[in-house]
Amino acid sequence: MTSLIAILDLKGKPLIQRSYRDDVSASHIERFLPLILEIEEEGQQVTPCFTSQGVNFMHIRHSNLYLLALSKRNTNAAEIILFLHRLSSVLIEYFKELEEESIRDNFVIIYELFDEMMDFGYPQTTESKILQEYITQESYKLEVQVRPPPAVTNAVSWRSEGIRYRKNEVFLDVIESVNMLVNANGSVIRSEILGSVKMKCYLSGMPELRLGLNDKVMFENTGRTSRGKSIEMEDVKFHQCVRLSRFENDRTISFIPPDGEFELMSYRLSTPVKPLIWVEASVESHKGSRIEYTVKVKAHFKRRSTANNVEIYVPVPDDADGPKFRASTGSVHYAPDKSAFVWKIKQLGGSREFLMRAHFGLPSVENPETVEKRAPITVKFEIPYFTVSGIQVRYLKIVEKSGYQALPWVRYITQHGDDYSLRTALEKGSAPIVQPA
Amino acid sequence: MSGWAGRAPPKKGENYELRADLNSEYRDKRKDAIKRVIANMTVGKDVSGLFPDVLKNMQTEDLEQKKLVYLYLMNYAKTQPELVILAVNTFVKDTADSNPLVRALAIRTMGCLRAEKIINYLCDPLQQCLRDDNPYVRKTAALCVAKLYDLKPELAIDNGFIEQLQDLVSDSNPMVVANAVVALTDIHQTALAAAESENPPDPRATFTLDSHILNKLLIALNECSEWGRVAILSSLARYRAVDEKESEHICERVVPQFQHVNGSVVLSAIKVVMIHMRGVGREDLVKQLVRKMAPPLVTLVSSEPEVQWVALRNINLLLQKRSDILQNEMRVFFCKYNDPPYVKVEKLDIMVRLAQEKNVDTLLSELKEYASEVDVDFVRKSIKAIGQCAIKIDSSAERCVNVLLELISTRVSYVVQEAVVVIKDIFRKYPDRYEGVIPTLCANLEELDEPEAKASLIWIIGEYADKIENADELLAIFVETFTEEAYQVQLQTLTAVVKLFLKKPDSAQGVVQRVLETATKDCDSPDVRDRAYIYWRLLSTDPGAAKAVVLAVRPPISLPRTTVSPAVLEELLGEISSLASVYHKPADTFIGRGRVGADALQKRIHDLEDDVSREKALKTVVAGQKSENLLDFDDAPAEGAGGLGVTTNSLAATTLTTGASAITTSNPLDDLVELFGSSGMGAPAAAPSFAQPAAFGSAFSAPPALASTPSPAPIPSASSAQQPQDDLLGLF
Repeated sequence: MTSLIAILDLKGKPLIQRSYRDDVSASHIERFLPLILEIEEEGQQVTPCFTSQGVNFMHIRHSNLYLLALSKRNTNAAEIILFLHRLSSVLIEYFKELEEESIRDNFVIIYELFDEMMDFGYPQTTESKILQEYITQESYKLEVQVRPPPAVTNAVSWRSEGIRYRKNEVFLDVIESVNMLVNANGSVIRSEILGSVKMKCYLSGMPELRLGLNDKVMFENTGRTSRGKSIEMEDVKFHQCVRLSRFENDRTISFIPPDGEFELMSYRLSTPVKPLIWVEASVESHKGSRIEYTVKVKAHFKRRSTANNVEIYVPVPDDADGPKFRASTGSVHYAPDKSAFVWKIKQLGGSREFLMRAHFGLPSVENPETVEKRAPITVKFEIPYFTVSGIQVRYLKIVEKSGYQALPWVRYITQHGDDYSLRTALEKGSAPIVQPA
Repeated sequence: MSGWAGRAPPKKGENYELRADLNSEYRDKRKDAIKRVIANMTVGKDVSGLFPDVLKNMQTEDLEQKKLVYLYLMNYAKTQPELVILAVNTFVKDTADSNPLVRALAIRTMGCLRAEKIINYLCDPLQQCLRDDNPYVRKTAALCVAKLYDLKPELAIDNGFIEQLQDLVSDSNPMVVANAVVALTDIHQTALAAAESENPPDPRATFTLDSHILNKLLIALNECSEWGRVAILSSLARYRAVDEKESEHICERVVPQFQHVNGSVVLSAIKVVMIHMRGVGREDLVKQLVRKMAPPLVTLVSSEPEVQWVALRNINLLLQKRSDILQNEMRVFFCKYNDPPYVKVEKLDIMVRLAQEKNVDTLLSELKEYASEVDVDFVRKSIKAIGQCAIKIDSSAERCVNVLLELISTRVSYVVQEAVVVIKDIFRKYPDRYEGVIPTLCANLEELDEPEAKASLIWIIGEYADKIENADELLAIFVETFTEEAYQVQLQTLTAVVKLFLKKPDSAQGVVQRVLETATKDCDSPDVRDRAYIYWRLLSTDPGAAKAVVLAVRPPISLPRTTVSPAVLEELLGEISSLASVYHKPADTFIGRGRVGADALQKRIHDLEDDVSREKALKTVVAGQKSENLLDFDDAPAEGAGGLGVTTNSLAATTLTTGASAITTSNPLDDLVELFGSSGMGAPAAAPSFAQPAAFGSAFSAPPALASTPSPAPIPSASSAQQPQDDLLGLF
């Protein structure tokens, strides 16, 4: 429950706001930024929720905006914070980008969305696909008056009735993102696989779908021995269309899908993963003159697979300049805004290994203010037709009362997660970090 | 012109033009004008003067225009209550429109107008809408009842709306069920909040949950939208199971929600299971439930940073109750380079909670890594965490000390200082074990410029004065600059020199004389001066007693398992995912109900305590009295936040909750000031340390009789020190 929602710019000025209840006056919005500054001044962390004078401030950051919710009660913080995130993603789907300008240009529709997504401070419909059916910028052009789509209140709130396709098709994308943290001495200290099954669903009517995976727990439950590998998913999250109690009972994934594109499920495995793409960098720094890097990349996967669009970000000191690169494959460029250079390799074959060297000049006079940052090396890549976990779609059954035949297509891909990083070792022979007093 | 019509609208300016356009004969022009009015409203310009003109445009087939006019009405209805009445007709007409969207819109907006005048006209349409064929209208009407109750409770009760809501809980549509539950809960809370302690809430407004409703909720839970699930789960959390079987049943029905993609559904489900698990006796089932909780919690740690943070705060709380939940998952909490600072800090705390003999090595190397990052605050906290590991896990202490020594060798000023502070804590936990490191510490004497670090090193020197050969020289450095030092450092210097004197009377005669004289004559802090007088008299009357007092054996410190008292912890666990569980503070301390809230809190804690254990209940009584006393001088309404701080302060103090890192300030006033001043979330950090006086050599930096400032709560565990204190007071 929240009493007021506002979108603020970075100066704390409200761009648009909607009050749902009387108990919190809108004047508290103006206190938000001063409070944040005050907390920062006191040397404390600014946290997403804090309280002041009996009012609770809950906020998220989205690029240059704050999305803020106020409440006086002991409200469900998780719900409100998630609602704010949902609000931002709905607005993004409506306006492509969520920024000051798109808010100013679209305040009418944002008010409408505020009204439809929340009532009396309680979240209502937040599915942007459904919202788009009856809240549109072009509404006045419609001949007929819009009505609330039944999906808003249906038990199947995510799918409208009467959908028709000439060709019934389903596309399944199994995407695994690998997160990895490798220590400076080369040991993997953390790894996890975040998997996601995305669906593009072009099916008529109200189809019933059942998805079969090589799920170890299900094999064990049913006493079936599987041919080949089965995987043990540690945590599975489903789109709200999946019947959770059925999954809990017999691990069946059954559902009526929304139309079009959506994420059916996500899962997590924390089984140790070997680094698919290994990068090591040795750094030789001569303070006051130059710094040199030797970077080695190795593809630790089978020869028949290929990693595409590999990008290796190697951090360099902020004041480095005059880059010179030599790479045995791919291209290298300097990205001063990121304080890094990027080595791009279009295609990296399995078990292949490449080297590159970089040379930068350093200013001869050192800025005493600079503190040495030790950002890790980060890697981006994607490997098609391959999953690290070995997950497989065994079947996708589609039943609709009209009895049409539908074709499922499945695609696998493995890619970097948002945290695939390798820590760099402290430079040898360099002076220790000194913080000015 | 302007002479005779002071209140007449001016004939130029933007509002004048808008008025003209609002009354234009062209539809498009009127609509455009409304949009401009709303735009002005959005940027904060006053357009309330256009009320009658906007109102004229309310009757329209154009849904967008209607919405805009409604929006305008919602904003300005309160400023023009007489004119709102003109809108009533259209509203009532709209609630009977053929389009359900219009019906719902009208009833929703009428509820939001919040004008006395219009309320009476709301009842009839609301009756209709609650019985509407369309579920979209019904779900909107359900919430409208809560709006009505908020404005005029008796109207909602007398019209039987609340009974109707209770009927809607059995509605065929899950969304309507969810909103009925939401409305009933909201009304319930409003009724509770309005009720004073003497007159209980109106029974007709309370949402009583019985087994009949329970079943309906459990069925609707699987069918309704994510937010509806959150609402239903919150109600399930309030339900009191009649027997063990029912508790088990609820847990089993709620567990599938752990798989929901929405994190607030997951957290709410965990809350329900945590509550109803209390009623489950079967060990194996409890184990199974706890096991199932871990994976969804871990998944939450990879969501958006703000969600992560809320999850981490809750995980922290869950771990205080059940340290076994995530025992194998420490790596999940390793900080990412790009994590926001508030996430990193929470992760650190959780990692220390999860530290065990088997994983402490990994943790230490990770902490060492963090200690070389750029963010000074995070670096300090990481070093503190190393100290906490040492104190928590006996066998790891040596490795921790080695890591700290490595860090000291970097000679980065703030790293060294923090490490010194931490090592002092380790000395307190393991006296006489790591004396070997003292020379290294003393070698860094010049590096130290922060009072806390200085004070820590001086404490170490004083404590081991007999083993440090040049202790007198080292302390003399500080005596030299005595008047320039911070009070904290002065107090430590004073005590350390006295210790030195008691241990090596021959070599320290001069220096002790000097420090006592400086402290009593040239020092402007009453604390320092008084302590110096006490020492002086003690030394001159009875050196034997002085020894017993100053060199008394101090109780070793330990890492607390909880940051709140057991009773508060139970209460907070029942509030998982709420702000209370995020702040780690009971709701009544921050929702600003002042004295009433604080009393209710104590009462509730009482009730809870009975469930937990008798012994603990006693402690809370003490805590309760204390917070009451402190609240007495804090009645000024503006000091709401202050009252909060004090309550937490005394609760925390009496229940011995202190971090190992708690030796932060030696002036108790600082603690209070800090608590009064902190509006944010500093609860764990600001928790005052009971061990403070004991921490710094003398067990009584501020004996009550001498204290010129509010002293921290007495030290229940320092019983060994209690005896000499009596002696001391006897001297006067």
